[in-house]
Amino acid sequence: MTTIEFLVPVLIFGLLICCAMCLYRIANGPTAADRMVAIDILGTVVVGFVAIITAVTGKAYLLDVALVWALVSFVGTLALAKYLVGKRLNE
Amino acid sequence: MNETIGLILITIGVLFDLLGCVGLVRLPDVYNRIQASTKCVVLGTTLSLLGAMVWLGTTPVIIKGLLCILFLLITSSTAAHALARAAHRSGVPLADESVVDRYADDLQAGENNEEPAS
Repeated sequence: MTTIEFLVPVLIFGLLICCAMCLYRIANGPTAADRMVAIDILGTVVVGFVAIITAVTGKAYLLDVALVWALVSFVGTLALAKYLVGKRLNE
Repeated sequence: MNETIGLILITIGVLFDLLGCVGLVRLPDVYNRIQASTKCVVLGTTLSLLGAMVWLGTTPVIIKGLLCILFLLITSSTAAHALARAAHRSGVPLADESVVDRYADDLQAGENNEEPAS
């Protein structure tokens, strides 16, 4: 039991480092495509957060949040990708 | 026992997430970043969900977890493909170390042979 109490904050801190790296790439990505990739990855990392919180608290309804988050993030990324096609954003 | 196996799976998943985000920061190109980060982060998040399923082991968690893994695998690969295609179409340059660009060759060959489909 003490292993769980030690390891779960460490895992959440690791995912926070992932979020910080994604935010770094969002802040100074050279092109708009870099920022969109980082936003997509940030959505996937949030699903990992929800998985850890579900496992710790034991509440099954939290996985609905992960499901909806994955689908909405997919729709947003696809809309931004369709918007980006044909635009000269590298100049 | 279930808690131990679930915790090990979640730990491996978080390690994969960290490696993918390091690739997102360190690699020189949009396409390299898409490749590294999408593969690693999707595998890590899938392992985390699998660890939560093994840890709890109740029926709602397993059904929702499997559904979430399925949607995650389908949607993230599709989104990465659409992003890479959009970046290439909008003229984002490759890194200087790149040696081959098959998509540009393919587009060039299509323009030479026939009119590109609108």
